[in-house]
Amino acid sequence: MIQQIAFVLTLAAAVFIIARRVGTIRKNIRLGRKPLADDRPQERLKNMTLVAFGQKKMFKRFIPAILHLFIYVGFLVINLEVLEFVIDGLAGTHRIFAPYLGSFYTVLMNIFEFLAVAVLLSCVIFLIRRNVIKVKRFWNYEMTKWPRLDANIILFTEVILMLAILTMNATDQLLQQTNGHYTQTGSLFFSSMLMPLFNGLPENTLIFIERFAWWFHIIGILAFSIYITYSKHLHIFIAFPNTYYAKLEPKGHMNNMPVVTNEVKLMLNLPDANPNPAEAGRFGAKDINDLSQLNLLNAYACTECGRCTSECPASITGKKLSPRKIMMDTRDRMEDVRKRIDKGEEAFADGKTLLNDYITKEEINACTSCNACVEACPVMINPLEIILELRRYVAMEESGAPASWNGMFQNIETSFAPWKFSPADRFNWAQENK
Amino acid sequence: MIAPTLAELTAKGETPEVLFWVGCAGSFDDRYKRVTRAFAKILEAVNVKFAVLGTEETCTGDPARRAGNEFLFQMQAMNNIQVMNAYGVKKIVTACPHCFNTIRNEYRELGGDYEVIHHSVFLQQLINDGRIKMKEGGSYKGKKITYHDSCYLGRANGIYEAPRAVLEALDADLVEMKRCRTTGLCCGAGGAQMFKEPEPGKKDINIERADEALATGATTIAVACPFCMTMLNDGVKNKNKEAEVKVKDLAELIAESQGLVG
Repeated sequence: MIQQIAFVLTLAAAVFIIARRVGTIRKNIRLGRKPLADDRPQERLKNMTLVAFGQKKMFKRFIPAILHLFIYVGFLVINLEVLEFVIDGLAGTHRIFAPYLGSFYTVLMNIFEFLAVAVLLSCVIFLIRRNVIKVKRFWNYEMTKWPRLDANIILFTEVILMLAILTMNATDQLLQQTNGHYTQTGSLFFSSMLMPLFNGLPENTLIFIERFAWWFHIIGILAFSIYITYSKHLHIFIAFPNTYYAKLEPKGHMNNMPVVTNEVKLMLNLPDANPNPAEAGRFGAKDINDLSQLNLLNAYACTECGRCTSECPASITGKKLSPRKIMMDTRDRMEDVRKRIDKGEEAFADGKTLLNDYITKEEINACTSCNACVEACPVMINPLEIILELRRYVAMEESGAPASWNGMFQNIETSFAPWKFSPADRFNWAQENK
Repeated sequence: MIAPTLAELTAKGETPEVLFWVGCAGSFDDRYKRVTRAFAKILEAVNVKFAVLGTEETCTGDPARRAGNEFLFQMQAMNNIQVMNAYGVKKIVTACPHCFNTIRNEYRELGGDYEVIHHSVFLQQLINDGRIKMKEGGSYKGKKITYHDSCYLGRANGIYEAPRAVLEALDADLVEMKRCRTTGLCCGAGGAQMFKEPEPGKKDINIERADEALATGATTIAVACPFCMTMLNDGVKNKNKEAEVKVKDLAELIAESQGLVG
């Protein structure tokens, strides 16, 4: 009974903290200007199914894709076992599914254990890739102490959570031999290999280890779920809405600015212009509240894998631009703004802005808009859109574009080409023969 | 070579099959003007009834938009749309992937709804339809050619195979760079980079790409974009390989194979 009360309290506390945090994240995303688009639901559902659920884009890099798949399937399937944990915890039962499922329960448990071992090994390999082999994309300059630690905490936690399951099953099987209270699970292949470690221990010790492992696993999972909402690991959930709401136009399409369209129509005296348009607001983006809600959702979907940066031509050739950093900065800025709001301070009055204080002009100016980052992202994040919105602010609100770009603008205005040629010479190619 | 303007044809009461959008590079860049002429000669040779805007054409606004100047982009776009709509233009072909992308994907929201085809796809169609007849044992037979994907054709619009199909029609030995198709490395000129110096870094992007292209051992680097052509030409020159390795546009290669250009 005490165990049940403790369990209910633990579970309720975790659910409360997570719900509050989810609310905060929603509010943060709604700081963005343009709401999420939900037209063409079939295409969106297809993207979500193939890319998020089906991991389609992960498979461009085979080895990490396979390892990631183990962890992903492990996560999905082992959660079924967590369901049993929760029911047992609430009802005070032990392995409530076992009697109903009979020998199928043995099969299921063996599948879970296989996945637990696969997850464990994959996480170990990932830890080695990050910390021993030092795969380059995990060591770019924006991968400072915290992002690197965050990744290691996640992998390490998953390793010990899996060890807890295996320990629990090993001691449980030993207890099944002597104590009638323990439901027969049948032989579990992987955990039975751990049985010699615990064999010969007094029954009380075994019961303690089994209970400890059970509690460790469930509390571990709940604590990890809370941690995730503050971590890059949030991609396991946000990847789904992120792929659903992702842009459906060809990657080359740049979002239109209807306020500008109206002004241009007024200038050209076009009949369909609205002579009394609403206040235009800021052109482009200087801070997160100028970005779209999709841009902000993107930032929460980013797990900092760095595939974008490793494909970015600017980054490859040593420029300061890193598409991953664009997403990390956007998220950091949202969190910083939220801290101010929570303290009752005016959200954007800290004298800082996303542009300049987080992302510099040198970074956004280095982008070739080649879409390599967009293509590379396994969860359809678009760092390019943020870069282009920041450029819009710089060019239109500050007139701060690089001097050669201002020259190019001038050429287009005066000679209708980005180079300084006479428009009268535009058709000369037909007469020449060089 | 004939290159009738839309104004001339309209005055005669005629309508062309397709408008050839030449673009600024195609009109002013000495190297790329050869591509414009090559493509026009192909159109002429296979009796595609086409027209150009001539001096009525202006920049699509793409570099202004990518550099952040939305006003300038929309001014350009609206003017071009007004001109084209007045002529009743329906179908456009262009050799520039940037013009292609802008007119195809971004003019619709501003009132310009056209069928826009890139010249790589147009050439592939002409070959498939038998309007361009490839000769047996052309001058590129068995020669190593590598194709550099333009970002604005490839990732931006999903066109990867048409340019390759055109090159295969030359009976050439098509070799791929390590980074190709969806992972193709940019030449370094997109997003208005063509019009400024690169930011500080370890290497210029076009040199990185030229190194990769040269490593294939190809004697021809095929491109389908005026900016890629400039960037890779510069890259090849930087490596002192311009005598052995040529950077050529798809239209030039086809025109050569047809004996249309020298």
